Order: sequence, then C-alpha cells, then structure tokens
Amino acid sequence: MYVAVKGGEAAIANAHRLLADRRRGDRSVPALRLDQIVEQLALGVDRVMSEGSLYDRELAALAVVQARGDMIEAIFLVRAYRTTLPRFGYTNPVDTGAMQVERRVSATYKDLPGGQVLGPTFDYTHRLLDPELAAGAEVETPAQRPVEPEAMPRVSAILAHEGLIEADGEMPLDHVPGDITREPLQFPMARDIRLQALSRGDEGFLLALGYSTQRGYARNHPFVGEIRIGEVELELDVPELPFAVPLGSIRVTECQMVNQFKGSAKAPPQFTRGYGLVFGQSERKAMAMALCDRALRASELGEDVVAAAQDEEFVISHSDNVQATGFVEHLKLPHYVDFQAELGLVRRMRAEYEARENEDKAEDKREAAE
Amino acid sequence: MTAQPTEIATYNFAYLDEQTKRMIRRAILKGIAIPGYQVPFASREMPMPYGWGTGGVQVTASIIGPDDVLKVIDQGADDTTNAVSIRAFFKKVAKVAVTTETANATIIQTRHRIPEHPLNAGQVLVFQVPIPEPLRFLEPRETETRKMHALEEYGLMHVKLYEDIAKHGRIATTYAYPVKVEGRYVMDPSPTPKFDNPKMHRSPALQLFGAGREKRIYAVPPFTDVVSLDFEDHPFEVQTFDHPCALCGAENVYLDEVILDDHGGHMFVCSDTDHCEKRRAGGHHGHLAPETHLASEKTEPAK
Repeated sequence: MYVAVKGGEAAIANAHRLLADRRRGDRSVPALRLDQIVEQLALGVDRVMSEGSLYDRELAALAVVQARGDMIEAIFLVRAYRTTLPRFGYTNPVDTGAMQVERRVSATYKDLPGGQVLGPTFDYTHRLLDPELAAGAEVETPAQRPVEPEAMPRVSAILAHEGLIEADGEMPLDHVPGDITREPLQFPMARDIRLQALSRGDEGFLLALGYSTQRGYARNHPFVGEIRIGEVELELDVPELPFAVPLGSIRVTECQMVNQFKGSAKAPPQFTRGYGLVFGQSERKAMAMALCDRALRASELGEDVVAAAQDEEFVISHSDNVQATGFVEHLKLPHYVDFQAELGLVRRMRAEYEARENEDKAEDKREAAE
Repeated sequence: MTAQPTEIATYNFAYLDEQTKRMIRRAILKGIAIPGYQVPFASREMPMPYGWGTGGVQVTASIIGPDDVLKVIDQGADDTTNAVSIRAFFKKVAKVAVTTETANATIIQTRHRIPEHPLNAGQVLVFQVPIPEPLRFLEPRETETRKMHALEEYGLMHVKLYEDIAKHGRIATTYAYPVKVEGRYVMDPSPTPKFDNPKMHRSPALQLFGAGREKRIYAVPPFTDVVSLDFEDHPFEVQTFDHPCALCGAENVYLDEVILDDHGGHMFVCSDTDHCEKRRAGGHHGHLAPETHLASEKTEPAK
C-alpha cells in the first residue's frame, strides 16, 4: 500500500548531520584552523577570493574548510555571503604600475627597467613529490632583496611611446564603469563589464578557451608582455574629505598579453593587447583571462568571429561556475510533473504508432494473400 | 565543549540587504506594468544553487514581510526536498509563518505546478523559472530574442507549433507551453504542465516569475488575459487522465504516476498533496486509499 512520502525535513536534517560528520572526518586528527588554511593553502584561498569576488582570506578559508576542499562549493559560499553586503562605494582605480612587486616577468624583453623578478613561482621546480615535506621538514627562510626605491614601470608603458603597441584604450569621459554585481548582464557589453565577468569566471573554463585560441581556434599570436604579482594600494574618495582615504592593500596578479595583429579595416597593423587581473596569486587564471579578453575583442578590431572564444554571449554566459554548477546539478531535483506530462505524450504517440504498424502489417498480409 | 559561533558573518531579514530588495521590487513593478515582459534584474547569488529556485527565492525575499504566511511547493507537493529546504530557509532567515494550506497562504512559491485550489485576490504566486525565454530553444542568442519580442516577431514559435502538428499530428509540447499575455508578449509559464495554463488566465492572484540564473523577472497582474498559443483547427487542450486520484478520487486534477512494484504496477495520485489531503479529510476516498487517518502539520506560526 502506497502512503504519500513524508519526512523530507528529517531526511534533510540527517543528511546534513552526516555531511558535517564526514567533513570533520576522523576526530582523532586535529581539526584545521582557518589560519592554517590561509597560510598553507594560500593559492586555494586566492582562487576562492578571486572567483568568489570577495577579498577576505579568513572568510575564503572558512569556505574552503566548510566545503571540504571543493573549490566551486567554497566559491559559491563566498559569493552567497558577499552578495548580501551593502555597497558603500567604489575605490579609485588601482595603479598596478605602483605595485609592490613580488614577482614580475616579461617574455618579450630579456631585460627591462626594474628587471625580471622570479618571486615565489612553481616555474622551474621539478615536479617531484617531496617526502621530506610529508615528514614535516623545516623550511629555510627566504633570501630578501632590498626594497626598490622606484616602482617598476609596466611593460605596456615602456612600449607605448613607439606607437607599435596599442595604448591602454580609452573610454568616453562620461563613461561610468559598470558593476556586474549590481546590474544585470546585457549583451553586447562594454569591455569593462566583460573584464569583470572574466575576472570572476571559472579558471578551468577560461583556461580551456584560452588554450583553444593557441591551438588555432581564433589564433592571435600571444606573447606575455608582462606578468606581475604584488600588493597594490586601495583608496576611496569620501565626499566629506578633500583627499582619497587609503583603505589598505590587496594582492593581485596582472597579465598584459601582447598579440600580433596584421591590421584590419578598423585598425592599423600593431601589437594589440589582452588584459588579465585577478585577486591573489594566480598566473594561470590571469593569463587565460588575458587570452580570452583579446579573443573577445574580435569585433572591436574588425576580425571575423569564427571560434567559441571570440563569441561574447557564449563565453560570458557560461564562464560563471556558480551558475553553471547550479544549473547542471539542478537536474537532480524532482521533475516528475514534467516527466509525467512527457510520459503521457509518448504513450499516446507510441500507441498510435503501433496501431499504424499493425494496420500496415494486416494490409501486407491481405495483399500477400491476394 | 561546543564552539561559539563568531560574528564573522551575519545576515539581514529575509537574507537580502534592503538595497537589493528595493532593486528587485522595482523590477517586479516594471514587470507588473508590462505584463509578460522579461525585466532584466541584477540577480544575486543566493545560498542555494542557481537552478534551484534562486529567482523565486529572491522575489519572495523581496516581497515577504513578518506578517506573511508562506507556502512552498515543488511538483505540487509541500514535502518534496527542495520545497522543504526553501520553506526552512524562510523560516530561518525571515521567521515567518509557514503553511501547507493553499487557502491560508499569502505567498505561495512554486516550482512546476499551480495549486488545484483556486487562488484568491491578495494572494501572490511566485514561480521559479529556469529558462524565462520562450524563444530560447528556437534562437539561442539573447540579443536576437530581445529583438523578436520588441518587434512582436513570433512567427518562429507558430512555425514550431505547426511543425509539431505536421510531424506528430499534435502540438508536442506538454509543459512550459507558451502563452500570450494580454495580447502582446509571448511568455514561458515556467515548466508547469500545460494542464495548469488555464489557471493563469484572469487569475485574481498576482503571479510573479523569477529566473535567478538568467536574471529576469516577469509578471502577470491579477485578471490578465493569458492565452495558450494554438491554431483554429488545432485548439489548445489540457492533459486528461483515464483514472481519478487513487487516494482521494479527485477528477480533473493533475496526477503523478507512482510505481508500486517491478511488474508494471502503478497508481495515479494527486500531484497537489494539500488538495489531496483536504479531500481525504473531507471524506473522499480513492480505490487505494489507506484506512489510517492522515495527521499532518498544517500551519506553523511565525516565531
């Protein structure tokens, strides 16, 4: 005998209790503290801050541990929190040229003002698992260079005077930068909006799209003009005060991609640029973002739109992993009302189909008999 | 020793901040002013995933007040997991009264159904919408579909319905069946079965539609014409069922098929659980109704 299923509430509560247990794992193993995650899983925390669009290491660390290390789940937690925060104002544009640089490399020049600074990079490490790390070996203190008195100029500024590389680009004086967290996305979009969407876009998705441009789907011959990682100052204009108020500093990764461009009806031959900027330290993301940004400038530069990476609506509509994971996973929800509707239709159509078949068979038999 | 929660993160009444609620209310008002028109709004991330009712939850969160009585259904039922979860969410963040009784609710958030019990003036029905654009599967580009709506260019939809008839002998759309609102906009009624379409027509209740991931809100104000698209020689018709509900004996309601065993045994029961329980409490019996009397919680007061 069927009795309508009840007790969803208890089932959900029990599932969440079990989840909390599994998240904690073996109680004889010490629980992770947030500062351990902030310090020792820093790049994971950076990704959560970047795609979660909230610069707060402690909250990102909480999200990582609450999500059991599932990055997209952690990003989701942070997004769902940051969206409830009121907007007090907008900082002044960040000057990455004035960055306290920890790492800065250029692939287009062997040497340049400020020099090449490798910084804390995985590059040139041999990817050999380290048993000593597993044994908890002590780590050497790093070597330090003296603080540079002069800021490192950005490669784009160094190159600009020759006129062979396009300038930073200009917006009309009355252009107010958009805010994708406050206004709905609408297509086609200005580049400022697009860059915001790319900056919080899924690292894996942008990586794959950037990669596709290198393999010939909208190839645009990229060179890393510069990647820089370091601390930049944030300043806020407060109406009551005659000066900008410093809010502190954040760590960002910036990538200036320089792309060969043969010229089109709209623009002369020159080096064009793609731009990437993300919270924290993530070169992969910043580079992928720069490749996608450049590809998405196709119509602005008069190029044919032939590949997925150049298609603004395709890229931006699908780059948000919180949206993507939600809609893919919503297929788990009950759909029995719709399924019932389709089932009824298929049954009717199937019955008609079989009736026709039987009729045809009967006809064939009759004809054969005759 | 239990850990004390820290002040690391706190939330406003009904979760959303007041700025956001005002923004959403403006979109709702615009939607009401232009029935069936999809108003873009700056949809927020919600604490449940996109695709799980975030549009409906944002609409509800923006209109709900401490005196409201909320009912949440999914597939017609109050006890499906996602409905339970959303109801629990509002109990937690807004501390409002909740109910399973259609007639007692001031706001009903729904996914995939409209209750069988007729709605009254003053009630608000909030739909969760996955893909708000009725033309999306005919034209994937938003830039194009917005133009088509602006120009009232709905030929493509009629061609699709005609092709269905040419191929299958009937319009092969059973849910999310397109409607025309107040003679102007073609609208997706959300993936409700077409059985529910007639209930939208001239409904005394306000009907609001929220699509969180797609960032659109639209509305059907009370007593608005909502007409399912059809042809003179192939008029719109709703699903019919061969049997009444096996539990309450109701006819002319939408039924769910329940599998009873692995030998093809099945039964049909009301998809609207509240309607079914009400009827059984009123002495109606289907041929498979259990003898035991149903005791279920109905309304929980606000805290």
